[in-house]
Amino acid sequence: MEAAMSTPGRGLTWSLRGRGPADVPVVADPGPWPPDSGGPAATGRGVRVCVVDSGVERDHPAVGRVDGSWVVVKDPDTGETSVRPTETGDSCGHGTACAGIVRRTAPECELHSVRVLGERFSGTGDVLLAGLRWAVEQGFDLVNLSLSTTRDRFARELHELADQAYFARTVIVASAHNTPVESFPWRFASVISVGSHQEDDPGLHLYNPSPPVEFFAPGQNVPVPWLGGATIRTTGNSFATPYITGLCARLLSAHPSMTAFQLKNALYLSAANVRFRSLPSLPAGEASDESSESDEPGELHRSRESPEPPEPRLAAGADGTGN
Amino acid sequence: MDAACRELLQAVVDVARAIFGAAASSVFLLDEEAGELVFQAVSGEGEEFLVGRRFPAGRGIAGWVAVSGEPMIVDDLTTSTAFDRALAESTAYVPDALMAAPLLSGGRVLGVLEVLDPSPQARSSVRELDLLAMFARQAAAALRVAVPDAGAGWPGPDGTGGVPGPLSGTAKGPVAGPAAGPAAAASALDSGRRADALRLLATLEEVLRGE
Repeated sequence: MEAAMSTPGRGLTWSLRGRGPADVPVVADPGPWPPDSGGPAATGRGVRVCVVDSGVERDHPAVGRVDGSWVVVKDPDTGETSVRPTETGDSCGHGTACAGIVRRTAPECELHSVRVLGERFSGTGDVLLAGLRWAVEQGFDLVNLSLSTTRDRFARELHELADQAYFARTVIVASAHNTPVESFPWRFASVISVGSHQEDDPGLHLYNPSPPVEFFAPGQNVPVPWLGGATIRTTGNSFATPYITGLCARLLSAHPSMTAFQLKNALYLSAANVRFRSLPSLPAGEASDESSESDEPGELHRSRESPEPPEPRLAAGADGTGN
Repeated sequence: MDAACRELLQAVVDVARAIFGAAASSVFLLDEEAGELVFQAVSGEGEEFLVGRRFPAGRGIAGWVAVSGEPMIVDDLTTSTAFDRALAESTAYVPDALMAAPLLSGGRVLGVLEVLDPSPQARSSVRELDLLAMFARQAAAALRVAVPDAGAGWPGPDGTGGVPGPLSGTAKGPVAGPAAGPAAAASALDSGRRADALRLLATLEEVLRGE
């Protein structure tokens, strides 16, 4: 934020002086569309998703149309990175797998690919950083990053980039590392971080009450598209992440004004392990009391068997509202 | 190649193969300068002829693991006609399932441990991924004990070339020739540390196999 502080007058609002609420109106999305009301379907339509990974195979039947393919190239002499359009596909299969999971979760989204692996061995995080920065600068709605770097020296730049993306409404959905090591950017609060659960339900996501990783999604034995038009099964946090990216794409297609924090809230409210306490039943005429006994632990009311989130303003579409 | 190094790496792949009931297991070391992964030890299929083979480190599943530093399990690979054709041709063996984990030292990737065709009960679960990653971590620790960070290159297979020192921050390509490599590694290798490393692996094998 240093750069922003040094350039006042660009519309930054450090405090609201001389203006009132009427001067800063926000038109939010409406609540959930009632069934059969003709509202937008939560299919991902109109949502631009970028997969930053090993590339995406072209013409894979389980991926479908790829709207744009780029590659980060690093000059071996100067070390400078640049992003170019590419006709090459996937160097490994990993990016194709991620794209396929996004596609089947949000069938009508736009899919783009930035390849940050496979040009040659590039164990440093600068290629990853360059690809992610480019994706944020392009203003994609969602960036799927099933990768991280363990290199500390990239942590600060990644952190600043993640914050920049958060406020610019480019939501970075990032995989937690599969082993208990420090890596980035999934550790940052400004991204949506994802790990695997071990359940067989391909439509189940969970909220983690003990972050940093915030959500768990299917990541075990997941069927995915692979090189050569094939489908294989694979395991890892990498494959849980694009499922959450796909859910976010569905949410955004029905509610395009949602911010990153609203998306997180919708994922939280629709998570299968988030239960809601029942309202205290009060005698008529009595005011509600926060300390009423129904708030005690153990009073969790399992009233929500349906995955439909009960907070309609935010959660519509997280589980297929609009279908 | 120094006998102790060879023994250590062979122990790693033999144990990995045993733990997962696999058809084969390999250790690749990363030649960062050349951008290649080098078969350094093989147990099972290909054991006789694969050591020393190289392939680009940016490609394939082992390449992804090396670059990302993440473990990975894939299954049903034989349905993929394009699966690692070049590698499959060179190894004359196409697995149906493959597990791969990075050998990490201080955040740096030394190489990749790969397990081909693990037994069906050892496939495609988060638990197996964890187990593989844990074993790879132990193997990397054993390598670190056995080969001190002296800047010496890894000796090449059969003394015919080399892989830059994976434990060195100043790897400069395959410079550890037939003379320098083994000599440097051998002189730096203390027999007690070698024994420690091998004991570490033996203990690990016992624990993991429940013996």
